[in-house]
Amino acid sequence: MTGAAETPGAPPADVAIVGAGVVGTAIARALACQDVSCVLIDAANDVGTGTSKANTAILHTGFDAVPGSLESRLLRRGSALLADYARRAGIPVERTGALLVAWTPEQQAELPAVEDKARRNGVTDVYPIGPAELCRREPHLGPGALGALVIPGESIICPWTTPLAYATQALAAGARLRLRSRVTGIRAGAAEHQVITATGVVRCRWVVNAAGLHSDTIDEMMGGGRFTICPRRGELIVFDKLARPLLSSILLPVPTARTKGVLVAPTVYGNVLLGPTAEDVPGRDDVGTTAAGLTSLMAAGRRILPRLAAEEVTATYAGLRAATADRDYQIHVDPARRYACVAGIRSTGLSASLGIAEYVTALLADAGLRLAGRPEPDPPVMPYIGQAGTRPYQDAARIAADPEYGRIVCHCERVTRGEIRDALAGPLPPADLDGLRRRTRVLNGRCQGFYCAATVTALFASTTPAPAPAPATAGTAAEPA
Amino acid sequence: MNADVLVVGAGPAGLAAAMELRKLGADRVLVVDRDVAAGGIPRHSAHTGFGARDLRRVLTGPGYARRYAEAAAAAGADIRLGTTVTGWDGAPTGGGPQRVTLTSDAGVQSVDAGAVLLATGCRERPRTARLVPGDRPPGVMTTGELQRRVYLAGQRLPGRALIVGAEHVSFSAMVTLAHAGAQVLALVTGRPRHTSYAGFALAASWRWHVPVWPSTVVGQVTGRGRLDGVQLADTRTGDTRFVPCDVVVFTGDWIPDHELARAAGLAMDPGTRGPAVDTTLETSVPGVFAAGNLVHAAETADVAALGGRHAARGIVARLRRGPAPQPVRLPVTAEPPLRWIAPNLVCPGGPAPPRGRFILRSDVFARLARIEVWQGGRRLATGISFRVIPDRPVRLGASWTGRADPEAGPLTVRLA
Repeated sequence: MTGAAETPGAPPADVAIVGAGVVGTAIARALACQDVSCVLIDAANDVGTGTSKANTAILHTGFDAVPGSLESRLLRRGSALLADYARRAGIPVERTGALLVAWTPEQQAELPAVEDKARRNGVTDVYPIGPAELCRREPHLGPGALGALVIPGESIICPWTTPLAYATQALAAGARLRLRSRVTGIRAGAAEHQVITATGVVRCRWVVNAAGLHSDTIDEMMGGGRFTICPRRGELIVFDKLARPLLSSILLPVPTARTKGVLVAPTVYGNVLLGPTAEDVPGRDDVGTTAAGLTSLMAAGRRILPRLAAEEVTATYAGLRAATADRDYQIHVDPARRYACVAGIRSTGLSASLGIAEYVTALLADAGLRLAGRPEPDPPVMPYIGQAGTRPYQDAARIAADPEYGRIVCHCERVTRGEIRDALAGPLPPADLDGLRRRTRVLNGRCQGFYCAATVTALFASTTPAPAPAPATAGTAAEPA
Repeated sequence: MNADVLVVGAGPAGLAAAMELRKLGADRVLVVDRDVAAGGIPRHSAHTGFGARDLRRVLTGPGYARRYAEAAAAAGADIRLGTTVTGWDGAPTGGGPQRVTLTSDAGVQSVDAGAVLLATGCRERPRTARLVPGDRPPGVMTTGELQRRVYLAGQRLPGRALIVGAEHVSFSAMVTLAHAGAQVLALVTGRPRHTSYAGFALAASWRWHVPVWPSTVVGQVTGRGRLDGVQLADTRTGDTRFVPCDVVVFTGDWIPDHELARAAGLAMDPGTRGPAVDTTLETSVPGVFAAGNLVHAAETADVAALGGRHAARGIVARLRRGPAPQPVRLPVTAEPPLRWIAPNLVCPGGPAPPRGRFILRSDVFARLARIEVWQGGRRLATGISFRVIPDRPVRLGASWTGRADPEAGPLTVRLA
């Protein structure tokens, strides 16, 4: 299923989706559930490994989007859809609300404009609070906060389970997933397109470009060349779970033209996140952290939440946002060429993903793609890896039924052998330890492997067959000379 | 389930405490450990040098761990492995047993214990917690992970390795890497020289040809998918250079495994970052004790074991005394460049600390150093330390505790 070569002579797929991030998997899910045959293609060995895996893990309401923009519309629609989908699929999500905190008189003077913008974006439940109320809600906030705007609808969500749930549902509905298949060229044709990948050729009637950081490259292959992706790196610091009681909601800075700024947020795993920085970088894989970035984040963290500095850092990471020169999403459907471009999603793809998928599906239907028109099926139930609900190690009945759920392997994150076994045997098994991390939280804790890395590595190796060699010959054979 | 004493952690401190508790007449001593085997860190420290102070003999780490595990079981302690304390309800107001929740493959259980000893040990700060920037390739680990990979999982690690740190454990990591087939390039330390025994550094240099690069820090980790190497920076000149390698081991820089202590709401010592303890090793909560490297990260296994034995005597006395209120205990704080002192609560005229001494850590080297204890404007004691070396214990006698004034507030210990 994953990365398999196509049967020669089979009819082309209806749609090939390039990019298995949160947007590509959401589109694959939407189409597959409407009986559209689709192939989801990605260069990486797993879904959701680009911008989708390294972000601030916030389910935005879209309160600060540009009113009237496509982003604003799809964010509002998408976040409502995802809040519901997450609840049914067991994707960890917590409606913590956010406080947009003003630290200077200038920022305070901005708050009414932000409030007005939020209302124009259809986020009408926002309201301002003064310093006394702010201090009551967030007693550990640093000195000097002048007031805040409350955005009750902002939530935190698991960015890993979300694309995994979409992909799992897409696969169950008949979509095919082709991983480790970097797209090297596309032969656009009158009857069908041929997407040339590292593992062979994918024939399809439609191409959907959801390639994120590489969407300009794919667009060029389809004869577009309308935009250039400017990767913007965001570095983040994850603090230990012992820091979690220091805040109750997402603490946002007043946004500037360039970025939403440095925020402090709880995570659904019970940690505290500080970041991101915003720096334009040349490389599309420039995901290293920097001394300057981490130092500036720590300084910002000390100002916002002074007691953070006394807690241990669990992890640091960087992600790239797929920014374009345009302020809005770049979503275009070209019926003549049977091509849909879904690009410029920047930092709101997770929140808007279901809205984007719904919108793209409708555009494709208008352009002639036939949908089954059936109601949406129930989402799959994903393994729960959040901190707010009940995990397997806490569930006496589950341990009684299967003692493997009582055998904790990763002590920091309390991941059991049963959960690791399930992930390795699941419909979309991890290809490496990072994939296992995103499915179970294993190795993600404060000790970073001091206790469990050896055991987890051995478990992974014992249950995973050696990776099959890339089907290079089959792939090249399928390519027309 | 009920226990007279619940011991959390089956390392040297926990097992030694369990044996002593049984010897002193405690009936039901329950020892839990989240690991699948008893013995703690020595289990995967496959070199010799264990047991000199507590067992009066020298054993390998695994031999030492086995000996304690067998002896504690033979003494009648009930040792439950693969068992994690996942909840802490504590004692009801007005006194009574401490209630904790345990998770294991037997399910989720509650235990009521007359007293609890926390002996959860310590770990090394990983690369992330040290804020070392760069990429996140595999091949970057702590000594704990390295030793578990090599000695418990039997992995080989061929290739070039660099060790960050030059204290006792760093040389232990070097031996482990050599055993696993790695070529160790060097031990790097930001300090002006190594902080281990001269003999270890000489052996590293002569037998393994491994140098110590002083005043050197890791500026960046490089490699996508696999480790390419690290950028080193000279702290004196600011010069940087790239060193290609396949494995980097971050050693030392200990932090107590204090999560359970904090979940239990114990008062913490800002220096050790473990729970604050008095000279009987009782914490801020009556009936809850802490011993081993949770209260002094990190000392050798035998010192941890002797601390466990000492705590057992305090626990038995506490169980006999019942829930009487704790006497006046004055906090003792180490002033920089001293980092911490343990124990760190003093009861004027109270019992002696483990081994009759306080242990300190310094961040600087010093010779013939005067260590002074002050209370308010009054100097209570002066101790002379022949050599003060970072990462190594500095001892301070305990005779001054009788001179502390219960009314005169906190004490400080400083390097004169």
